[in-house]
Amino acid sequence: MAAITRDDVAHLARLAHLEMSNEELDRMAGELAVIVDSVKSVSEAAGADVPATSHPIPLNNVFREDVVGHVLTVEQALSGAPDAAENRFKVPAILDEE
Amino acid sequence: MNQEIIRSTAAQLAEKLAAKELSAVEVTQAHLDRIAEVDGEVNAFLHVNTQEALAVAGEVDAARAAGEGLHALAGVPIAVKDLIVTVGQPTTAASKILEGWHSPYDATVVKKLRAAKMPILGKTNLDEFAMGSSTEHSAYGPTRNPWDLDRIPGGSGGGSAAAVAAFEAPLALGTDTGGSIRQPASVTGSVGVKPTYGGVSRYGAIAMASSLDQIGPVSRNVLDSALLHEVIGGHDPFDSTSLQESWAGLADAARNGDVKGLKIGIIKELHGEGYQTGVENRFNESLELLKAAGAEIVEVSCPNFQYALGAYYLIMPSEVSSNLAKFDGVRFGLRVLPEEGPMTIERVMAATRAAGFGPEVKRRIILGTYALSAGYYDAYYGSAQKVRTLIQRDFEAAFAQADVLISPTAPTTAFKLGEKLNDPLAMYLNDVATIPANMAGVPGISIPGGLADEDGLPVGIQFLAPARQDKRLYRAAGALETLLEEKWGGPLLAQAPVLGSKALGGAK
Repeated sequence: MAAITRDDVAHLARLAHLEMSNEELDRMAGELAVIVDSVKSVSEAAGADVPATSHPIPLNNVFREDVVGHVLTVEQALSGAPDAAENRFKVPAILDEE
Repeated sequence: MNQEIIRSTAAQLAEKLAAKELSAVEVTQAHLDRIAEVDGEVNAFLHVNTQEALAVAGEVDAARAAGEGLHALAGVPIAVKDLIVTVGQPTTAASKILEGWHSPYDATVVKKLRAAKMPILGKTNLDEFAMGSSTEHSAYGPTRNPWDLDRIPGGSGGGSAAAVAAFEAPLALGTDTGGSIRQPASVTGSVGVKPTYGGVSRYGAIAMASSLDQIGPVSRNVLDSALLHEVIGGHDPFDSTSLQESWAGLADAARNGDVKGLKIGIIKELHGEGYQTGVENRFNESLELLKAAGAEIVEVSCPNFQYALGAYYLIMPSEVSSNLAKFDGVRFGLRVLPEEGPMTIERVMAATRAAGFGPEVKRRIILGTYALSAGYYDAYYGSAQKVRTLIQRDFEAAFAQADVLISPTAPTTAFKLGEKLNDPLAMYLNDVATIPANMAGVPGISIPGGLADEDGLPVGIQFLAPARQDKRLYRAAGALETLLEEKWGGPLLAQAPVLGSKALGGAK
């Protein structure tokens, strides 16, 4: 069984911007261990000589002319925002000033 | 009259509309009435788009009366999975984090439906952000299987599958990342198609796992899916993974009905052990019918498919953890303020995501963050990408021996609501036969294969074809459908129980 502790999950939750209670962290640690255990055969399936596939159908970069095309208006872009002011998204403090 | 309308196929409705035997308003109203009659029980719809649907139908009738040229499917109504953005209706992805959100733009597929003047009946239920195999992970309550209201309709696209199976819509759109179109089709006795990756634009489908996601048709028969596929397919400059292919001829392939000389490969690894007896029996019966009709049945082996489920559950959550980072309470959707402590944006994001996401979404975000973290990346995400190469090689070898491949779509029939909700691994196993197609980008279809002997519930038969050869799916599936319906004396859904004892409570 993979060893995944509450502290490990707390770290991942911080990285993923997810607030979690201690109870949630404990439950998630248990579930994660079971899932990770069930997928570990994947790391033994392919040898070093097998190339990775990131995309199912090989495609090259797609470019277009550098001209203004399909864009939302400011009103459209802000239409679903929880808070906005002066044509911008408004958010609480970026830095903790305490 | 209404019963006759709602039980018609999309192709039949299109003919009657063209012949002016029916008006588009009559057809749309019949389906809206049906939704009002049965959706209190089924819960396939998160939003019903009554006014706009009737307005579009009215435009179709006016245009037809004026002798204007119309698309063949003009006036044939359709339901849209609520993962696909639509102007004028909310898009929630069945998540609290997007409750009440309206997209400022239409998905490309929605624009195509509008151009064809197909009235959009509403938005269908799904597992939150398409993560699940039962629609139980919807924040707005589960959808129920029209064959047995105590059972799951599959997922994530349980709403779209149940809507067509319950005769609430003749057509629907779904999205398929690991089987979310095909597995619901399998357990509801309907048809669902995952096109070749890039064959249908994904612009405006809220991304779950970008290297796997694909929009596709949902219907009650093979021809209807082919007709819809022709409407939504094709290159889109707004989707960089979109293919240049043209998709004409799919409906002709569905009508072809001939499998003489077609080489059909049974995938050794995708039946037998772990598959319900009734599923296996119906699968074997389909093989016999195809053989009797002149198809050549061969056995192929895809040994690396055993790693597909594991690799999928590393790649998909990794992409999920990245794609869902944008739901943070800044640009759209929910914002929740922390109850105490400093009010910084980081803490607002963490509080918003904690309140807005359900347990399965959180599970996958954490799993993906883990698989991508320093020290584990090579062992997990890197290895999973190599497995993807091995799966593609297996498909290449198999398609060197066969024109199409065949398997059961899902290992079991519909299970009971709640049965697997607290066991993520058991839930993930539902997709064991559908995931390989997404990993390799190849197209797949699920069609009804009959009812399992032990529980009387629908079984799905899956065909897979090489990338870009979607036409072959329609030819093989169209032929098998004809053979099976001859045997049953009509479509399988004609045998589904009658719904409608509980009317819809309140307006949606």
